[in-house]
Formats: sequence, structure tokens, C-alpha cells
Amino acid sequence: MSKKNKWLSAPYLAFILCGTVIPLLAILYYALVDKNGSFTLSNLASIAESVHLKALGLSLLLALITTVICLLLAFPLGLLLRKSGGKKGFVIFLLILPMWMNFLLRTIAWKILLQKTGVINTILGALGLGSLDIINTPTAVVLGMVYDFLPFMILPIYNVMIKIDNSLIEAANDLGASNFRTVKDVLLPLSMPGIISGITMTFVPAMTTFAISEILGGGNISLIGNIIEGEFLRGGSRNVGSGMSMVMMIFILISMALLNKFDKNGEGTVV
Amino acid sequence: MKKFGKRLYIGLIFLFLYLPILTLIVMSFNNNERTSGVWYGFTLRWFGEIFSNQDMLEALINTLVIALASAVIATVVGVAACVGIMAYSRRQRRIILQLTNIPLVNAEIVTAISLMMAFALFGISLGMGTILFSHICFCLPYVILNVLPKLRQAGSSTYEAARDLGAGPVKAFFSVVLPDIMPGVATGFLMSFTMSVDDFVITYFNRGAGINTLSTLIYSQQKRGIRASMCALSTVIFLVVLLVLLLRYYLGSKSSADKTVKGGS
Repeated sequence: MSKKNKWLSAPYLAFILCGTVIPLLAILYYALVDKNGSFTLSNLASIAESVHLKALGLSLLLALITTVICLLLAFPLGLLLRKSGGKKGFVIFLLILPMWMNFLLRTIAWKILLQKTGVINTILGALGLGSLDIINTPTAVVLGMVYDFLPFMILPIYNVMIKIDNSLIEAANDLGASNFRTVKDVLLPLSMPGIISGITMTFVPAMTTFAISEILGGGNISLIGNIIEGEFLRGGSRNVGSGMSMVMMIFILISMALLNKFDKNGEGTVV
Repeated sequence: MKKFGKRLYIGLIFLFLYLPILTLIVMSFNNNERTSGVWYGFTLRWFGEIFSNQDMLEALINTLVIALASAVIATVVGVAACVGIMAYSRRQRRIILQLTNIPLVNAEIVTAISLMMAFALFGISLGMGTILFSHICFCLPYVILNVLPKLRQAGSSTYEAARDLGAGPVKAFFSVVLPDIMPGVATGFLMSFTMSVDDFVITYFNRGAGINTLSTLIYSQQKRGIRASMCALSTVIFLVVLLVLLLRYYLGSKSSADKTVKGGS
């Protein structure tokens, strides 16, 4: 199509400018000034306050645990679904369907399920298995995160695995590789792009959530997302909030850079 | 035995994914004003109350209006942008695509507060307008990333042929190019609509006082317990979507079967 059409992307470029570039510069600006608008580094430095540091550490830890659990659940599931040869469309349908119930409601449902007098404890009690007392603890928050983000780990892994040619597996078996070796040396490396994009899609939202920790932590658990939300919407300082956001972004970028080192092909795929 | 173990594993994962949904559906029949872990008996009352709960109806309408408007605007702006982007040099195109990716890879809360700060910087007061603008912004990448590959696939030869045969640029686009890229446009539109309906974080930071979508209304109720009528509404929405998706799935698998037959002949 002709060069004359360039102007058609003008509205979009305006949206990028006003909706992405300027807003990011705005955070940067607020992070580097104080209330009166003069330059300061104290907003960035306030990450060193023990409350903030603890929240950042806990966020990294819980996000890491969540990502590992999701990966450990999703990879075998991908292998099994691949082997079972179920219809691809139907499997994806089953994975996407839960997302049509609002994710906050589904997280709140876990609160109902995990309560001291909730459904799970009633069943455990009836079976004489004691009780599961995890509501309002970090464990409950991890459970909620694993629940909310597991589909984002399963989908990319499954999408990549289903495309792996069966003849490669047969070749490995013919050449005497055990099942374990086939998984380790053939299926795992070939699934890497899916795994990488699954990790990204799980780690970033887990690291930055504030709703899940608020709902399942009952206000006791403060992640970096809760700190930022508080600074902006519950009478804190916008400047400190912006500073925290910059620091959080830096930690995400570092994590992603580390992750990309493992992605030898450098071609993580979006779903 | 081994096979049973595998089935059990797949079954347990899907049970884990669907257990909260089942819980919410059961809660919408529970005879208690707010959700709790206790069963108070069966009632259909909450389904009737959907239509009398003013706050919830307003939130529902806001959610749908914002989702529809932002999906339509994002689709129109996005498709036009793709046509324009094709005319840029490879390097310019790469820069635009990198900027397009930012909202996709950035943390939602950062996108949300960055928009909020930009509105503050320019003295724009928060309200429906700022919600709509924010939603269009995060929907646009989904349109671009679905339409651009289709447009590249379609190539420019059919468009040029139509022009040579005397069609104006607008007519050539709508009658030749658009049908070719329609699947991408439809996917982009549906993804935008879905993302908008499902959004909580970006709306939460960029709504004005007193404006709620379903997500923000749910979040405001979470401490005291969700109203049972909210569960009822979600159950209705879920079942409607389930029905539509099932229909589409069965019709879709049928029509794709038709296509393979046609392709073979």
C-alpha cells in the first residue's frame, strides 16, 4: 500500500504518546521531585525504609514461589495433555472459561473456601483430618496467586508443546532414550519459549499484585503493590509512590534480564 | 493404574481451576444476604434482586458501555494504524512495535498509576473520560498485534489490483483488504472487549469518585462480604458466556471442517 497512507497511524501515535510515553515520564518526574516540585532522590531512597524493604522482599519471595509452583504444576500437565491427544480447541476452551468469572470474585471465593468454618475445613473435619488454618497468611496469598496465574503458565507451555513433532519423540525412543531422558533432553528444551513466556506472565503480575494480598491476607500482608496503592489512594504521598514504582520496575527489569539469559534462542512467545 | 494416575492429575488441576466458580454459583442460591461459608437454604431471590439493585445495575452498565466503546474505538484506531504502519520503513516500524509492547509487558499497577499521574500533571479530573481513555490505551496493543500480521500476510497485490481496476482507495480497502484481515480484526476486538470487562487495576486508579464498574464494586464489598445478588449476576454472565462459547466452539469446529473439505477439492 502506498506511502500516502502514513497519516492513518497518526491517531494511534497520539495514543502512544499520550497514553504510554508521557505517563511513564510523568511517573519519572513525580519520583524525582518532592511535594514542592524541587529535585530530590529521597523518594527513591525511601525503599530503604524497613517497611518498604520488607514488602519488596516478601513480594519477590512470594512471586518466586508462585512462579515455581505454577511451573511445576503446568509442565507435567502440558506433557499429559499433549500425550492424551485431547482436542486442542477444547482444552484451551476449558482453560480460558474460568476467566469469564471476575478474577476478584474467584479470589474471594477462596476466602470463603479457606475460612476457619469454611467448606474445606468442614470437609477435612468430617474426615478427621484436622484443619487447614491458612487464611490471612502468606500461604493463602500464594495459593490465590497460583490459582489466578496458573492458566497463564499452562497456556503458553501447552501451545508450544502441542506443536512438537511426534517423530522427534519416537526418534529419541528408538535411539534408546528413557522416558525421563526424552522429557529432559527433547521436550524440555523445545518447550523453552513457552516456559519463558509463562514465567513472565506469572512472575510480573504476582510480583505487583495488591488485590490478592489484600483479599486473602486480610490486611495483614503488605506487598510492594499494597505499599504503592496506599501511597496513591490511601493518603500517602504520590511522590513516594512514584519512587516505589520506579524501584519495582527496576527489579522487574533485572528479573527479566536474568530470565532472558536462560532463553538461548531469545524468542519468547506471547501465548 | 498409571493411566488412572494421569487422569487424576489432569482432573485435580481442573478441579482446582473450577472449584471457586462452583462455590460462587452455589453462593448465588444461598439464602443469605452476603456470601459466607455457611449454607442457609435454597433461594432464587438473588436472581430477582439483580434488577432492583441500583448500584450493581449502574456498575454493570458502566462496565459494558466502557468495554464496548473502548473496543470499538481501539479497533478503528488500531486497524487504521496498521494500514499506516505498513507504509513506514522497517526501522520506524520496529520502534512503533516496541512502544506498542510496553503496556503488554509492563506491570498493570505501573500502567495504571502512570496514567493517573499524567492526568494529574495536566489537571484532568478523573471520571468516565479518563477510564475510557485508559481502556483504549491498553486495548490498542491487542488490536495491533492481531491485525498487523494479517495485513502483512494479505500483501498489497490485491489492493493494487483493485486500484488498477478503478476502485478508489477507500472502496479498495473495504471491499478487498478488510475481508482478508477480518479474522485478525475480530480477534483484536474480542480480546479488547474481554480485557476491558475483566480490568480492575487500571479502572481502580483512574475512575472518579462515585463511578464503579463491576470489578471496583466487587472490591469495595470484599471486606464485608460480597452481596449474594452479585454472585447471582456473575453466575448469569458466566452461564451466558459458557453458552455462547459452546455454540461457537461446536459451530466453529463444524465450519473449519467444511473449510478443509473445500480446501481439498
